[in-house]
Amino acid sequence: MSNLITRRRLFWSVPVALLAVGGIAVAKMMQPPPADLDLSLAKSTDQGLYTVSVEPGLSPISVGTMHGWVVQISTRDSKPVDHARIAVDGGMPQHGHGLPTEPQVSADLGEGRYQVEGMKFNMPGWWVVNLSVDGPDGPDTVTFNLVL
Amino acid sequence: MRTSTAILSALAIGSAAAAYWTLTKPQTWTEEETRLVLSLGLASLPPLPADPSNAVADGPDAASLGKALFFDTRLSANGTVSCGTCHLPERQFQDDLPRAKGVGETARRTMPIAGTAYSPWLFWDGRKDSQWAQALGPLESAVEHGTDRAYIAHLIGVHYADQYAALFGPLPTLDAVPDHAGPNGFGTVLDDWLALDDIQKDAINRVFANVGKAIAAYERTITPQPSRFDAYVDRLAAGEDTSGILSGQEEDGLRLFVGKGECTKCHNGPLMTDNFFHNTGVAAVPGLPDDVGRSLAVDQVLADPFNCLGPYSDAEPGDCAELKFLGKAGHEMIRAYKPPSLRGVASRPPYMHAGQIATLGEVLFHYNTAPAAPDGHSELAPLNLNSAELAALEAFLGALDPIAKEVQR
Ligand code: HEC
Ligand code: HEC
Ligand SMILES: [Cu+2]
Repeated sequence: MSNLITRRRLFWSVPVALLAVGGIAVAKMMQPPPADLDLSLAKSTDQGLYTVSVEPGLSPISVGTMHGWVVQISTRDSKPVDHARIAVDGGMPQHGHGLPTEPQVSADLGEGRYQVEGMKFNMPGWWVVNLSVDGPDGPDTVTFNLVL
Repeated sequence: MRTSTAILSALAIGSAAAAYWTLTKPQTWTEEETRLVLSLGLASLPPLPADPSNAVADGPDAASLGKALFFDTRLSANGTVSCGTCHLPERQFQDDLPRAKGVGETARRTMPIAGTAYSPWLFWDGRKDSQWAQALGPLESAVEHGTDRAYIAHLIGVHYADQYAALFGPLPTLDAVPDHAGPNGFGTVLDDWLALDDIQKDAINRVFANVGKAIAAYERTITPQPSRFDAYVDRLAAGEDTSGILSGQEEDGLRLFVGKGECTKCHNGPLMTDNFFHNTGVAAVPGLPDDVGRSLAVDQVLADPFNCLGPYSDAEPGDCAELKFLGKAGHEMIRAYKPPSLRGVASRPPYMHAGQIATLGEVLFHYNTAPAAPDGHSELAPLNLNSAELAALEAFLGALDPIAKEVQR
């Protein structure tokens, strides 16, 4: 029993130590989001494989309201990407935490459009939403910024 | 030596001047501060969200049955405990105790009820996903009402048959069901439950769920009441003169609340809770069983037969987004609890999930120093506020008390 607890403590000690270091950054954090934040909702993916645009179903997005997004994916030569696999995560870089929910693609709407459900942002401030896209040209990622 | 004295006295004069300035300066709000301040006012509270999982949620007859049940001590093992024993209307529907006293003593503090119709998650750890599912918990808790669902179903047949039938249809025949039976009981109560067939279990579960739905219909009528702070926000929103509503110290506290104090990270929106779960490093109570908060509750709510997706819910699967997309329990959720609404907080000590902190002053000391969590990791970092700032924050929290003296029932 005590052995179990010790092992669990050990297991967590590494992430906890990392978080503790992060805590120093947190302490100075009451800063506003970076001034040069790219807030555009249409972007090229990090490796340039796709163009992704997102359309939040709430405008403006309010703190704490569950809503959906429509994600549109196209290839470099502007062809819609169907049957892509999309994973969504995100969080608050200045607070060091993730999303309060686990959003998922709920429907492939066709013509490169996908319905994502379960988006929710529970604090005011700077959020990032990361989309991992796996399509015909391979996997790539893209990050969108939001300020609530 | 002399230079350092000079520097020290210059510093002293400087900080005295700064302190004087904070006390006397006229309050002007930046655009960002104004946005946050307005977002906290009751005027920003949307209408009560529908509860598609509860078909009688907005029915006045259901609410009046629910109210009777809420205050009925016959719904307990010893005939002395009702929901109202711990949730006292004249005390903001809580009991002023660190841990609640029912048939026994609970391991957590009683939570106020106003505005819980807006909460996607109920209890400190959110192990229930609706008011009606929540209401079933205390009835079968050995330390709260100490009863079981067969007992409750029989009791409805004896005392509330007509009201029940008018809302939910005829009661099932439970002649063959023993007086006591329930899956959360012990000894013969559990054995007798396990001995029932599926049709009997389902019939009892349905009556039990409907009891919860009637109670929830009543709880939906318990809403947060306007405070002096809301009067201030209304004036600010209208661009009118706000002077004379909050003291200068309370205004300073409000500025800290939305600014340097970072309180709106978690206490945001008109109910001043983000309805999520956070480890804020509150100490564990010696002698109580391990409490890991949200990290245990995620599996509990997913497995609950009374959740939004379960057979007793009136919702369509598409209505259950909170449950479907809930964040799974990682390290962040160890000893994470729901931030309570801060409305009325000043007049209902003690504080935190097990009443660990006795006064508001000590709560603010906790935030200022941000102690390490007993398990998991605290999200807080020390605020390093001075004593005038702490006093201002405390004064501001006092302005969140309801103005009205009459009690909502
Ligand atoms: C013995 C005292 C006691 C009794 C009786 C009791 N409660 Fe509670 N109530 C508590 C405690 C303690 C909590 C917090 C428990 C936890 O988080 O584990 C709570 C939590 C709640 C909450 C959650 C509020 C929120 O913000 O999540 C609601 C709603 C509630 N009770 C309603 C009821 C109803 C309805 C009944 C009667 C069926 C009832 N309670 C009976 C003590 C009691
Ligand atoms: C990281 C999220 C977070 C932040 C930031 C935060 N709180 Fe809290 N607050 C909570 C949680 C969670 C609880 C309940 C903790 C528990 O019981 O373990 C709580 C409890 C409280 C309570 C006790 C309420 C009660 O009914 O027990 C008060 C008062 C309070 N907070 C005020 C503040 C103030 C003032 C600030 C800013 C200085 C602040 N909080 C910042 C999350 C937060
Ligand atoms: Cu955050």
